[in-house]
Amino acid sequence: MQKLLQLHDFGGPGGKTLDDVRREAAQTGCSSTGGSGKASCGSGAGQGDLPPEIWDKVKNHPCYSEQAHHHFARMHVAVAPACNIQCNYCNRKYDCANESRPGVVSEKLTPEQAARKVLAVASTIPQMTVLGVAGPGDPLANPGKTFKTFELVAATAPDIKLCLSTNGLTLPDHVEQIAAMNVDHVTITINMVDPEIGTKIYPWIFYNHRRIEGVEASRILSERQLLGLEMLTARGILVKVNSVMIPGVNDKHLVEVNKAVKSRGAFLHNIMPLISAPEHGTVFGLTGQRGPSAQELKALQDACEGEMNMMRHCRQCRADAVGLLGEDRSAEFSTDKVMEMDVNYDLAARQAYQAKVEQEREVIAKAKQAELAKLVDETSDIKILVAIATKGGGRINEHFGHAHEFQIYEASSAGAKFVGHRRVDLYCEGGYASADGVEPILRALNDCTAVLVAKIGICPKDSLEGAGIEAVESYAFEFIEQSVIAYFKDYLARVGKSEIRHVARGDADIRQGAFTET
Amino acid sequence: MAYKIVASQCTACSACEPECPNVAIYEKGGTFVINPKKCTECLGHFDIPQCVAVCPVDNTCVIDNSVPRYQAPA
Repeated sequence: MQKLLQLHDFGGPGGKTLDDVRREAAQTGCSSTGGSGKASCGSGAGQGDLPPEIWDKVKNHPCYSEQAHHHFARMHVAVAPACNIQCNYCNRKYDCANESRPGVVSEKLTPEQAARKVLAVASTIPQMTVLGVAGPGDPLANPGKTFKTFELVAATAPDIKLCLSTNGLTLPDHVEQIAAMNVDHVTITINMVDPEIGTKIYPWIFYNHRRIEGVEASRILSERQLLGLEMLTARGILVKVNSVMIPGVNDKHLVEVNKAVKSRGAFLHNIMPLISAPEHGTVFGLTGQRGPSAQELKALQDACEGEMNMMRHCRQCRADAVGLLGEDRSAEFSTDKVMEMDVNYDLAARQAYQAKVEQEREVIAKAKQAELAKLVDETSDIKILVAIATKGGGRINEHFGHAHEFQIYEASSAGAKFVGHRRVDLYCEGGYASADGVEPILRALNDCTAVLVAKIGICPKDSLEGAGIEAVESYAFEFIEQSVIAYFKDYLARVGKSEIRHVARGDADIRQGAFTET
Repeated sequence: MAYKIVASQCTACSACEPECPNVAIYEKGGTFVINPKKCTECLGHFDIPQCVAVCPVDNTCVIDNSVPRYQAPA
């Protein structure tokens, strides 16, 4: 009854009960398909059985579609520095040039500066389709700055999609405005639905002019998050849920969170590894709370995938990130530089470029299907992970020594599935191999059977092979998924002929921090 | 007395600014400051000073003993 009253208070749909809203929310969210029990929506490579209206909304959104992230770029503007809750994985005090993670930015912008920056970036990067406000505090703890930014951008660059990311505490108060401003993507960070678990994550919240601590704080936060989620999905606004996986705190509980958000209409769940390096000065960093390993994260994502599709390509970007996911061009667009730039916002040229990208995506999808057809007769139980060196465009087009990250695909007789990415330090800088050698890269790729690259030097190739990882150049500049399938077919053939022996691989490291190119 | 903001601690997140019932908080030189003439320590408004409650960095909004105690209007 409490919730029904709240819905009404915040202008919920007239005359509808909470059950009505829930039912509608469930319809706009994921529905399970019979046989596999797998949800019918998410971030998979293609439309799948997503309703066309939802696919239309996500297909060019790099954060919502795993396939789109190869081709389309996003930017965040740091207009929202204030926050209304304290999280044990966040430290608001430090803004150091050598660190990069959500909640940290180099410079804060006014809405006017932000709108100018959006125009400058969109004029330079035609693939830029999405503007997000993600902090560095909470966008809805800064509603004036956030909505003013959206208003200015919508007036000058109407083709750019708007989205925001929130902790959800004040979300129910802003749903009407979010709908009115045509924001069609919202991300809510939900780390628990059990307030007892919340006490280990949130020391306090600031709500109704009070600082509230303990289980009451987490209870209020959780109620407001779930109410906000229901209100958004009832209005047809797409909602992704982010969760931070904290081993020993909420790792097992996230399966419950997954069920709770799916039943309320969230269409995508993004479980991210905890970032907790001691030098960040967060509570978790200082208490030695560890983050998950690559295989722990994958196992949890796989466990939740029976309920709904999982986002696996998140780079945990900074609140001022610019460019494709996995690259950071924010340094090119500092306020000084943006103010000096000649901004020519050419909508027609942007659309023409994006149409070309669409054509390329169709070619890639057809190539994958053709390769997949060759796997039809394979019945092997073997599954392997394959790492890819890419700089975007859906192709294997990066030199091993120049890779800041490797994208990881799981190959099986069902095809190629994207399962994540691994950040690494550059192996090769200025033509010389890094002083730390190849060891950290070997640890990051330890669970992979092969790495497909555009090119690789003899030394790192030997090191990889010494660690049981095959370095393959023969798919250079080819499409990723097609190549992964082709490599897998070749691998099975070699296993069949006893040329090689299939062995299970171990676990791998996740490098701390959000992506940045320094 | 009034509250003051320890500049070396302030992250300029601006969370305190809109919460102050007296509009006593403003940005100056990259951090936020409190005008002691306007600060009422939130007496008569709230149970606890809002800047203290919302500030994410502990011991940043503190009592300024160098100014006379706020006199609530009779």
